[in-house]
Amino acid sequence: MAYKIKASDCTACGACEAECPNNAISFKKGAYAINADLCTECKGQFSSPQCASVCPADCCVPA
Amino acid sequence: MANVISLDSILGVGELKAPAEAPPAAAAGCASSSCGSSDGPADMSPEVWEKVKNHPCYSEEAHHYFARMHVAVAPACNIQCNYCNRKYDCSNESRPGVVSEKLTPDQALRKILAVAKEIPQLSVIGIAGPGDSLAAGGRNTFKTFEMLAKKAPDLKLCLSTNGLALPDHVDTIANYNIDHVTITINMVDPEVGQHIYPWIFHDHKRWTGLDAAKILHERQMLGLEMLTSRGILVKVNSVMIPGINDEHLMDVNKAVKSRGAFLHNIMPLISDPAHGTHFGLTGQRGPTAQELKVLQDQCEGGAKLMRHCRQCRADAVGLLGEDRGSEFTIDRIEAMGEVEYDQEAARTYREHVEGERSGRHAAKAAAQADVVETVGTEVQPILIAVATKGGERINEHFGHAKEFQIYEVGPKGAKFVGHRRVDQYCEGGSGDEDALGSVLSAINDCTAVFVAKIGGCPSQNLKDAGIEPVDRFAFEYIEESALTYFKDYAERLGQGAINAREGQDAVIRTGAFTALRA
Ligand code: SF4
Ligand code: SF4
Ligand code: SF4
Repeated sequence: MAYKIKASDCTACGACEAECPNNAISFKKGAYAINADLCTECKGQFSSPQCASVCPADCCVPA
Repeated sequence: MANVISLDSILGVGELKAPAEAPPAAAAGCASSSCGSSDGPADMSPEVWEKVKNHPCYSEEAHHYFARMHVAVAPACNIQCNYCNRKYDCSNESRPGVVSEKLTPDQALRKILAVAKEIPQLSVIGIAGPGDSLAAGGRNTFKTFEMLAKKAPDLKLCLSTNGLALPDHVDTIANYNIDHVTITINMVDPEVGQHIYPWIFHDHKRWTGLDAAKILHERQMLGLEMLTSRGILVKVNSVMIPGINDEHLMDVNKAVKSRGAFLHNIMPLISDPAHGTHFGLTGQRGPTAQELKVLQDQCEGGAKLMRHCRQCRADAVGLLGEDRGSEFTIDRIEAMGEVEYDQEAARTYREHVEGERSGRHAAKAAAQADVVETVGTEVQPILIAVATKGGERINEHFGHAKEFQIYEVGPKGAKFVGHRRVDQYCEGGSGDEDALGSVLSAINDCTAVFVAKIGGCPSQNLKDAGIEPVDRFAFEYIEESALTYFKDYAERLGQGAINAREGQDAVIRTGAFTALRA
């Protein structure tokens, strides 16, 4: 299980990248994307997926 | 255009005449209460004056002479404001609806050096977004300042924040010698706050409603206290939202003053459905010019008010009231290659202003003493709209003005009380009627408008609307001219030749002030 970013709504603000505890988010080819292999949905680390909690555009969603 | 002196020739290094001889009587003692300028050296300690005197945002006087530049390196934010649409820039410090170029710290550094080369008036570099400068760990913000401190140590650094992350970064702020911080504080009561902030992200959680507002409030107050206790100057910005926090802002004013805020800046809500903000969509209106002024007047005597804030974009460049940001695009800066910082030009300019300044303080005081003598203290103050490009002079053509500075002049002196954006009446040569209508509604509460020059037709329209167009003070200093005009006005009023203009209001234009109109 992992999260993904709906690119059409993303404002490319980078807030999610700074919060991800697993460095799963990076800026590649002009857009932010989540590496599903690294994403743990923050389970065991935080009570909610950090990217989704901080995202102003509500575009970090379950893949 | 030919007879309008350009900004550069007025501010140009070395071209200015020596400051006027100071009349000895006035120079001897200028009590701050009688001195029209709200922030002269007489009003504050020498250390503070040293910090603010060249800062266009902190000193009303400096904003006539010095330029600031914002670099948009901080796109991330950690709260949601109802007046902000995160698809665009943060409206805490910038007008919503205009997306700016986001810069990496490297690009920002190059842009700053390029601008400094072309604009010697540059004295301040600020980071105000487009999100929150301290969100996402403030990484880009501090990286930019670190590089800048090495390359151009004489530029002042400042940052703006919503305050949520502030307590975590106060030490870093102090270490980087950032001596000005702006916090946007719209409430000191979570009951009020919950109508402004739908959520915040704090301590790895999204908080909503009262909880969110309570945490934000506590963090803002803590951050403010931590900064002021370290001697860092803090300006508080508040967005005035009629029906939500308008009256409450008087409490905010008291709260921030008691915690040592240096300045309080009350800005009007900018709201338009087209911006896609929550308030825009719910039809929440912004205040009128008089509502704003009444609130600002009520807060006078509390924390010092700042009335010249232009709510600039997060990537604004230039003197307040002008935005040359679009001249310095990433592409152009990349093309310039390595730029070296030239401290010499900036220093010469600063020395020149220093000389100009002392003469100005004395001249203003003398002009005011003269008014009190001839007019007495009975006559009600009036508002005057001024077309200016800077340098404290009336040096803009009516048709070219993108904004008017508003001065209140009366027996207590002349003081700057605000500015009004307008569409340029004359764009590309001929004036257009719609634009004139917008100018009239923006300065409808003024008795006169001071210009360097004005055409016959708009001049007649202004007269018809009861506003006197005045071009006889072209290129003179604003405050002295305003006082001279007031003397004459009081005389005409006394003879019954004219009537006082009372109870008028004006419209605050939203988002009209752009270098290139969309
Ligand atoms: S859900 Fe958690 S681990 Fe996955 S990308 Fe978002 S922040 Fe990173
Ligand atoms: S926080 Fe949301 S809007 Fe910002 S970069 Fe991440 S996904 Fe995009
Ligand atoms: S936004 Fe306000 S405080 Fe910031 S530079 Fe502009 S005028 Fe100054």
